[in-house]
Amino acid sequence: MTKMYPRDNNHNPVIVTGFGGKDGHRRELTMPARYAINAILVALFVFGGNFLVGEGLISRYQTVVFEQIGVYVLMTVSLNIVTGYLGQLPLGHAGFMSIGGYACAIFIIRMMPLFGLDAQSMASGSTPAVILFVVGLLFGGICAALMGVVIGIPALRLRGDYLAIITLGFAEIIRVVLVNIDSALGFKLTGGASGLTGIPAYTGYLNTAIVASLAIFAIHTLMKSRHGRAILAIRDNEIAAEASGVNTTYYKTLAFVFSAFLAGIAGGLYAGCIGVMAPAKFGFMKSVEILVMVVLGGMGSMFGSVVSATVLTVLPEALRAFADYRMVAYAIVLILVMIFRPEGLFGSYDFSLSRIIKRVMNRDFPWNNDDSDEQTDVQVNAKAGVQANEQADTQVEATTDSKEA
Amino acid sequence: MATKNTTKLIRQESPNLIPERDLGAIPVLQAEHLGIDFGGLTAVNDFNIALGPTEISGIIGPNGAGKTTVFNLLTCVYKPTRGTVMIDGYDLAGKSVVEANHMGIARTFQNIRLFNNMTVMENIQVGQGSHMTSHFFEDVLRLPAHWKQEKESADNARDLLRIFGMENLANNLAGNLPYGAQRKLEILRALATQPKILLLDEPAAGMNPAETDELMENVLKIRDDFKIAVLLIEHDMKFVMGICEGLAVLDHGNIIAKGTPEEVQNNPRVIEAYLGKQEVR
Repeated sequence: MTKMYPRDNNHNPVIVTGFGGKDGHRRELTMPARYAINAILVALFVFGGNFLVGEGLISRYQTVVFEQIGVYVLMTVSLNIVTGYLGQLPLGHAGFMSIGGYACAIFIIRMMPLFGLDAQSMASGSTPAVILFVVGLLFGGICAALMGVVIGIPALRLRGDYLAIITLGFAEIIRVVLVNIDSALGFKLTGGASGLTGIPAYTGYLNTAIVASLAIFAIHTLMKSRHGRAILAIRDNEIAAEASGVNTTYYKTLAFVFSAFLAGIAGGLYAGCIGVMAPAKFGFMKSVEILVMVVLGGMGSMFGSVVSATVLTVLPEALRAFADYRMVAYAIVLILVMIFRPEGLFGSYDFSLSRIIKRVMNRDFPWNNDDSDEQTDVQVNAKAGVQANEQADTQVEATTDSKEA
Repeated sequence: MATKNTTKLIRQESPNLIPERDLGAIPVLQAEHLGIDFGGLTAVNDFNIALGPTEISGIIGPNGAGKTTVFNLLTCVYKPTRGTVMIDGYDLAGKSVVEANHMGIARTFQNIRLFNNMTVMENIQVGQGSHMTSHFFEDVLRLPAHWKQEKESADNARDLLRIFGMENLANNLAGNLPYGAQRKLEILRALATQPKILLLDEPAAGMNPAETDELMENVLKIRDDFKIAVLLIEHDMKFVMGICEGLAVLDHGNIIAKGTPEEVQNNPRVIEAYLGKQEVR
């Protein structure tokens, strides 16, 4: 059935260091090595990109597009937790984004005087500015997470279409509240329908890339732990998960709240990137746009989410030359993908750098091997339990790098 | 509540392979006057059973007799209309399926319900989940507690797989396994929750005679190694008569006979339920 490699008494593959592979011994990367390789690649990508921005090699406009890519990658991977891993279909993700965005922007605007900062120095990267930025983002994320608890507990009792409709309703409530809360409170908080202005430009390429990488790392580690396994079990078979002692209510809420937290952080970055928050931006269409990114990339594939968020953010910008036709082209791309790849561009495939390195170490190339198929490789890979850590971080690296080139 | 602070299996070293029957103690599973109505239909009526620790018992009966309904009542999937279920002396009334599992009752399903897109190893680790204590942040930040826990859980899962000789399948997707292996994996996943009672719903369905014999040995071995009680539903009479120490026969929701396999085999009411009444000329 599967190609067998030499095993020790505990049935672990026998590990031999060094190159080779034709003698039938499997070579494995140790866990610290995997972490180190991925960390170096992520650092290269983050700081390399920052170098390009700093030296003025890419224009201000391109930098803003990169920041938006970061925000949408964050939104897509966070929605992918609920849609791809938990298997539910919420339609209110933009609601969490707006909560996080408003909370973060208002917090930073109100706290700037306390830290002795103004709108200019907020973007300077000085220590108090960084501290305020981090605290503001966390504040935005926690506000969105609290809203996630409030919405998730009643909404997650439903499933399928009903969950989609109830979350859609909650997102609309959030939007309407943001418009009308000023007159109810009697002082200026959100700026009502005209929007919240005067948000300092605290979002840059560097901090967007770092936050996105950290978020992807956190999702990856969560999904490769007992919590992640419980979430996947609920997707695969809820009845069996309950009978196996998985507290489905708790884990559904956990996934939903974690997803809302990351969406709130994405909203905070978005506010600093755009500079103006208006409730009209966070309507139903925004939620659908993000859901389309998840579905296009492949539900349950973090690599797919990152790629499709990047493509679908760049595509409208790249097609700007064809002003009138660009939305038509966008729609045609979607239709073609849904016809020819209904499971999404990548299905449930996830890119793993360590897997490729291990292949090279074992000289396990398709043209070298008669019958050893990819299946075997994946299996031995999964054996290590934690394999390919931060693989997703390298995905960001790969995708955005290719774009930069 | 089951012990929450350890992932160690409840396996104990047994000097003699056949454990002593401890019938004087509290029954590990006890159902009294259990019954449920669906609308006007009485699906199960006045169901009584007491299962000692390390006892293997079976429920048999014609199709539609209410056997699986009894399992659903015992695992709190249905709320009983009448009667009580006790596990180790604790009442199950008002508990959820998850709470019932944590109190020590684990089951398999008649139609296999595995996590098909997860590996065999992960399926078992989901079962161990309620006995793992690593905190959310320990897992996300990959603190030492996470690694320790993951290693323990993988070792225990491999121990479990060894019972059925399935170690080499550990990294296959559960959905790709052959039918017999899927049935066995379901039993292992139930065992991973460290139950006191294991409920098996038609474990030998669809297996060939050789596989059935192997399964019989393995059920006995599980009972002896883990010192748990087993209650099973099965239509394969060779299997039932071979390993069950006690039998209950259900027909139309009522227990029509109870006793050792020999007693049940010769009971006229059982023969009537299965084969019909003998015509008197």
